[in-house]
Amino acid sequence: MSTVQTTGPAREIRDRFGFWRRSYAMMAKEFIQLRRDRVSFAMIIAIPVMQLLLFGYAINTTPHHLPSAVLLQEDSDLARSILKALENTAYFRFVYEVHDVDEFDNLLKSGKVLFGVEIPRGFERAVRRGDKPALLVAADATDPVAASSALGSLGMIVQTALAHDLYIGDPPAMPFEIRAHARYNPAAESRLNIVPGLVGTILTMTMLIFTALSVTREIERGTMESLLSMPIKPVEVMIGKIVPYILVGFVQAFLIVNIGVFLFGVPVLGNLFLLAGLSTLFIAANLAIGYTFSTIAQNQLQAIQMSFMFFLPSILLSGFMFPFAGMPAWAQYIGECLPLTHYIRIVRAIMLKGATMPNLRFDTLALAILMLVAMTIAVTRFRRTLD
Amino acid sequence: MNGANDIAIDVKGLTKSFGGREVVHDLSMQVKRGSIYGFLGPNGSGKTTTIRILCGLLTPDSGEGTCLGYDILRDAEKIKRKVGYMTQRFSLYQDLSVRENLEFVARLYGLDDARGAARDMIKRLGLSGREEQLAGELSGGWKQRLALGACTLPNPELLLLDEPTAGVDPKARRDFWNEIHALAAGGLTVLVSTHYMDEAERCHEIAYIAYGHLLTHGTVDEVIAKSALVTYTVTGELNGLAAQLAGKPGIDMVAPFGTSLHVSGRDIAALEASIAPWREKGELHWQKSAPSLEDVFIELMGRSKDNFQ
Repeated sequence: MSTVQTTGPAREIRDRFGFWRRSYAMMAKEFIQLRRDRVSFAMIIAIPVMQLLLFGYAINTTPHHLPSAVLLQEDSDLARSILKALENTAYFRFVYEVHDVDEFDNLLKSGKVLFGVEIPRGFERAVRRGDKPALLVAADATDPVAASSALGSLGMIVQTALAHDLYIGDPPAMPFEIRAHARYNPAAESRLNIVPGLVGTILTMTMLIFTALSVTREIERGTMESLLSMPIKPVEVMIGKIVPYILVGFVQAFLIVNIGVFLFGVPVLGNLFLLAGLSTLFIAANLAIGYTFSTIAQNQLQAIQMSFMFFLPSILLSGFMFPFAGMPAWAQYIGECLPLTHYIRIVRAIMLKGATMPNLRFDTLALAILMLVAMTIAVTRFRRTLD
Repeated sequence: MNGANDIAIDVKGLTKSFGGREVVHDLSMQVKRGSIYGFLGPNGSGKTTTIRILCGLLTPDSGEGTCLGYDILRDAEKIKRKVGYMTQRFSLYQDLSVRENLEFVARLYGLDDARGAARDMIKRLGLSGREEQLAGELSGGWKQRLALGACTLPNPELLLLDEPTAGVDPKARRDFWNEIHALAAGGLTVLVSTHYMDEAERCHEIAYIAYGHLLTHGTVDEVIAKSALVTYTVTGELNGLAAQLAGKPGIDMVAPFGTSLHVSGRDIAALEASIAPWREKGELHWQKSAPSLEDVFIELMGRSKDNFQ
């Protein structure tokens, strides 16, 4: 039955308070939209909570229990009590005991330890003879913040070590000397630490955004419907969307490294080709993660929000701003799941320490795994239909 | 050609729900190869959903069938290679030029000479001189031509056109339909959804779908005959007549057409009894006529609304 529509009784249009009525109408609309947008709503809660928890619990600028190695060329009571005294400062935690100089250097180079203590052969006898032998403490100073407080504590070690020792009578004023060596960054310049880290941070930010928008944009503009009706497979879509940006990321990395070298005087001690190769892997990993977000997000705003929620912990927990070794274990586990953590280790190691592939095996493998996991999720999440 | 090959689309019992709301209900249809099949129905009737099921963009909750001989549930990938789908909303890349869009489509379908194919299509569409223009900057009519060009580029066997002429001027619509007829004459099967009655009359066969139910199908004449609807066309002083007639026994529908009024019903005796008081009035002229396709559809729609909503 067709019926004739009639309008209701004519409403009076009130012009008084027009400014407030219209502003109110706009506000009411915004509130309704905000309430519907669950992700934005979650962000309002999640971001401050996340920031507070991370800054409050995870970040520690005077880190303790830093992983250390000892090159023990003499196993004497004095050596043991010195190590004990070092551990008692709560700054050092000895996780490796090696007897070979190369092994010792590799531990520092690969970033497995931040400190290395070398007790030379004939040390105890030299002390007893009053020769004032030197005890070498090598620190990985690529992160000056992590190293500085521990290095500062070394002065007290001599006395405490000797208090426990088997001296009969008063010990001499200074029976041995501690020679601290801030490796890789002897002047403790923070830019040597920041610039390599920035390579990774900037790449993370830009690469995530590029691909996070790629699928949602197609959905929002309506082009996805056409694309899905054509014979192309999810993997092909992903490769097509990621590869061009690898090139973009590569250009970006090249630019940052060059500025770092020529403007800030950051050295590149390692192999440039290795740096380029591993940077490509890192770029691809970030693009894959961004792409994964874009297969999950409903719209472009959500995709940006997800990228931001990923970027924030990347900055805080990767060791870029704050010493990684100083974080509690749970925060370190989260950090290990972020590509930036591994890339920052890689890029600092190659640029500042001249590290080679064997030093970087673990972080390279971690990056590759993170990339493959993200790609797998993305391909399975990618919807072949509009269901 | 044997019987099975004469049928391009053959589906039975298609059902699809979104969030508990049934959008397509137990829909069965057959479309002959080389024919133009019109798909009519009000907004939200399930036309788009049905088309999306046919080209593999949606999975039906139940039902089965074939499209170009391929199973719609299992062979979606094969169907995609032979079907051109023109979406309701313009879905080519607005920030790519005409040529770039066509080359993209040609490459996705693996055409040998993507550049050549795009060039030929530009000529055929009459878009020469505009090939470097961004697709987003084209007018509505040209966008629609380009979209049709893009979905016919890979030489599909079946075209699915979802309201292709919505928002396009009459001249462009006419050109578009001429093109569709030319394509069908070349052996292409076309399933086209539309709101326009004049377009329905340009189809070889039509189906009417409302609230997910396929209500009627056949040629235009068959559909009108099947409706068993009687229509009186009233002209003259119509002041308030529509409101007075509506709801009277036997009057299923009252619809104004310009200066005249169509009064229709399926029960001719009841209809004539109800209009009798007005027929004597001198200022009104009553004429019994065959219902138009629009009368049939509006009546079907009104009826299905009562049944299914």
